Amino acid sequence: MMHRSGLKAAAIAALMGATAMPALADTPPNMLIVASAIDDLITLDPAEAFEFSAGDVVDNVYEKLVSFDPTDLEAGYQPSLAESWEVSEDGTEITFTLAEDHVFASGNPVTANDAAYSLQRAVKLDKTPSFILTQFGFTADNVEERITAPDETTLVLTLDQPYAVSFVLNCLTATIASVVDSETVMANAGDDMGNTWLRNNSAGSGPYMLQSWTPDESYILQANENYSGEAPALPRIVVQHIPESATQRLQLERGDIDVARDLSPSDIAGIEGSEDIKVMDELRGRIQYWGANQKSDVLSNPQVIEAMKWATDYQGMADSFLSGQYNVHQAFLPETFLGAMTDTPYSFDIEKAQALMDESGVEDAAISMEVRDDQIDLGIAQSLQNTWGQIGIEVELNVGTGAQTLDVYRSRQHDIYLGAWGPDYPDPNTNAGTFAYNPDNSDEAQLTGLLAWRNAWAVPEAMNEATQAAVTEQDTEARAEQYMALQEEFAQTAPFGIMFQQVEQNAMRSEVEGWVAGGSITSVFYWAVSK
Amino acid sequence: MGDATLGKGRPAPLLARWPRKALSLVVTVAVTLLGLLFVTFMIGRVMPIDPVLAVIGERATQAQYEAAYQALGLDRPLLVQFFSYVGEVLQGDFGRSLRTGQPVAQDIARVFPATLELATLGTLIGVSIGVPLGVLAAVYRGSWIDQIARILGLVGYSMPIFWLGLMGLLLFYGILGWVSGPGRLGVFYQGLVPTRTGLLLVDSAIAGDWTVFRDAFSHIILPASILGYFSLAYISRMTRSFMLEQLSSEYVTTARVKGLSEWHVVWRHAFRNISVQLITVIALSYANLLEGSVLTEIIFAWPGLGNYITTSLLANDMNAVLGGTVVIGTIFVCLNILSDILYRVFDPRAK
Repeated sequence: MMHRSGLKAAAIAALMGATAMPALADTPPNMLIVASAIDDLITLDPAEAFEFSAGDVVDNVYEKLVSFDPTDLEAGYQPSLAESWEVSEDGTEITFTLAEDHVFASGNPVTANDAAYSLQRAVKLDKTPSFILTQFGFTADNVEERITAPDETTLVLTLDQPYAVSFVLNCLTATIASVVDSETVMANAGDDMGNTWLRNNSAGSGPYMLQSWTPDESYILQANENYSGEAPALPRIVVQHIPESATQRLQLERGDIDVARDLSPSDIAGIEGSEDIKVMDELRGRIQYWGANQKSDVLSNPQVIEAMKWATDYQGMADSFLSGQYNVHQAFLPETFLGAMTDTPYSFDIEKAQALMDESGVEDAAISMEVRDDQIDLGIAQSLQNTWGQIGIEVELNVGTGAQTLDVYRSRQHDIYLGAWGPDYPDPNTNAGTFAYNPDNSDEAQLTGLLAWRNAWAVPEAMNEATQAAVTEQDTEARAEQYMALQEEFAQTAPFGIMFQQVEQNAMRSEVEGWVAGGSITSVFYWAVSK
Repeated sequence: MGDATLGKGRPAPLLARWPRKALSLVVTVAVTLLGLLFVTFMIGRVMPIDPVLAVIGERATQAQYEAAYQALGLDRPLLVQFFSYVGEVLQGDFGRSLRTGQPVAQDIARVFPATLELATLGTLIGVSIGVPLGVLAAVYRGSWIDQIARILGLVGYSMPIFWLGLMGLLLFYGILGWVSGPGRLGVFYQGLVPTRTGLLLVDSAIAGDWTVFRDAFSHIILPASILGYFSLAYISRMTRSFMLEQLSSEYVTTARVKGLSEWHVVWRHAFRNISVQLITVIALSYANLLEGSVLTEIIFAWPGLGNYITTSLLANDMNAVLGGTVVIGTIFVCLNILSDILYRVFDPRAK
């Protein structure tokens, strides 16, 4: 892998030496052609889809009760299929009133029945993302009573306890809350509620419909003529699977594609200054962190953990091999999330780290680190190995595939796990609930979904309670403050070193306007793009 | 493969020999494939990767994990798992790929023709240039043509394929614009001709749609030439050394003494005698390309078998890996049988 990337760097350097090429072809004016690595696509069923590329498809093909405005992501959720909602006095019932003008691609009107069917279906199918809905107390057995449609335009959700309305609605902007055309899906239900059929077909009311998807090759979206909103400027979206950055760059320079989504920093540097191409930076939700297993004698010493946080060259990494791709970020909530902390309390300070190590009484510690065989992860791991080595912590790197390292991590067999975490839904609880919450630290509890549990960190009772309290706080501002306080305490005491937040660099032809990749909270908005 | 009883007394009547031969062939093929499946299956199971995690992803709860574990049948003994898999394969069911979510058979029916088309064109290019070049290099040993063959061979042997691929793309696609970019077909031509064989050149020719044919050709020619170059480098080197051995043999000297033309000596005598060895070399090189050239496929975004198997392996998608292994195993077995048959045609001793 390293060998290959070294040679690749040489090839890219040679490519960069070539003079800028004139664009010889233009893409058709009614079509957006995107090059991206889309081999993560497994399914396009909104009840199951949980991959980045799948979000890009599902969010453009389906509508939800509430959704985001691409021109103002920070404003949070906005009415979409639901034109208004009311919360009952005891806070456990939310009644949505649906707008009447929405129509599915099939021509069927979107009704509250479709919305109830879609949410019930997602709970009953119980695929990986189903926890986004089931955390409100829905189960396969009770969901038909708790999600109901008393008439065509009214949808009632009955929750198991009062929750912050912002928490519930943020979760309803997630892919899994997409509303499917119940009639069409039931006609293709098979024995799995249409799961097999929806994997590569669409039944939505969004601006586009799925025309085709060929795994590892491409997907094509075609404008939905029944869409109730303004028709998209570009009626056809073609996304080609081009895994190699240098290839994407060549295509973009020649004008064979409009947008390249996976250019490496060296290719981005190579196209800078070109008149025909622009690069848009967008903060994404992914954060890079390390977690320290508290079963380790060395790592359960808080001074060692703090020393490691000071002995990390955040800015050095961000300015060198992570340049343009990651910003320094030290809170578990990504920037632009409600209540995200933007302070960076730690900086690279070897003396301070050494002093803490001296205080800790630990000498010549030897630990191992699980690392994915990915260029970025390896770069970070090597930097940590170097700087931690300077304070007497010898690190051995265990490099493996994503599945291998994850296996070790989930079974709590690591010392240090270096990894990335992306939010599951655009609410602060998505990260707070995994980093700062662990109700039962025993091995038997098997809370493998929680990062705190994986690191055997017995979260202090007060922090567990604070995390729980924040999901029921009705006042959104107070809620944001609670998360701020939680992150501050977490940064000081938790056995996690949060280091960076991802920046996505999308390169595109200069005539492409309105491109929004979805920020840290959602997916790309193809319908907002024009050229 | 020679039959020990042949040559002693009268051979058995042809009709009586065939069923036995066919049966022994079928048994050999079946045992080979079963053995291959067994080894791949066991490697997949003992790898330190959890197949369940590949299905359910990082976020799943322990309950979802258990459910998937049961659903995959991983609680059964390994041998039971293996034979139930073989039973399904015999019914044509290779299972569903975890990574693409599609049935593996369907995936392979899509990716294999892409590789077949590329490998066949690559081998054609390799053979049509490599063989004459190797012969000429041997005949004019030490001449400029020999030097060229040697340099081509050396470069082909030592240059990383993806580098050559990137340079090829930069020059012929990026700067000169002679060929189309990555992928098998331009965006506008997709879905225009009905899929019959999955080989785009053949399908478009059958449909008589020459615009699609031209576009497919302009996409395939560069990656095929690059693969062809690597197979050319190998084939010409081997041809040269086989020919040198023959040309220094006594029968060649005798033929020359008899006054036969050089052309006759080289092509009718020496070349004929290396044809059997050459068939093995070409078959091996073809089989190599049919396995799929992962890096070429990545650079040219070519949706082929090599990339499919590699990506599946990294994602621990064992159904896909096993399916791909069966295909590659079958290719090797078929090419073996084919070269055996060709041996008999070209080598009188094998008859």
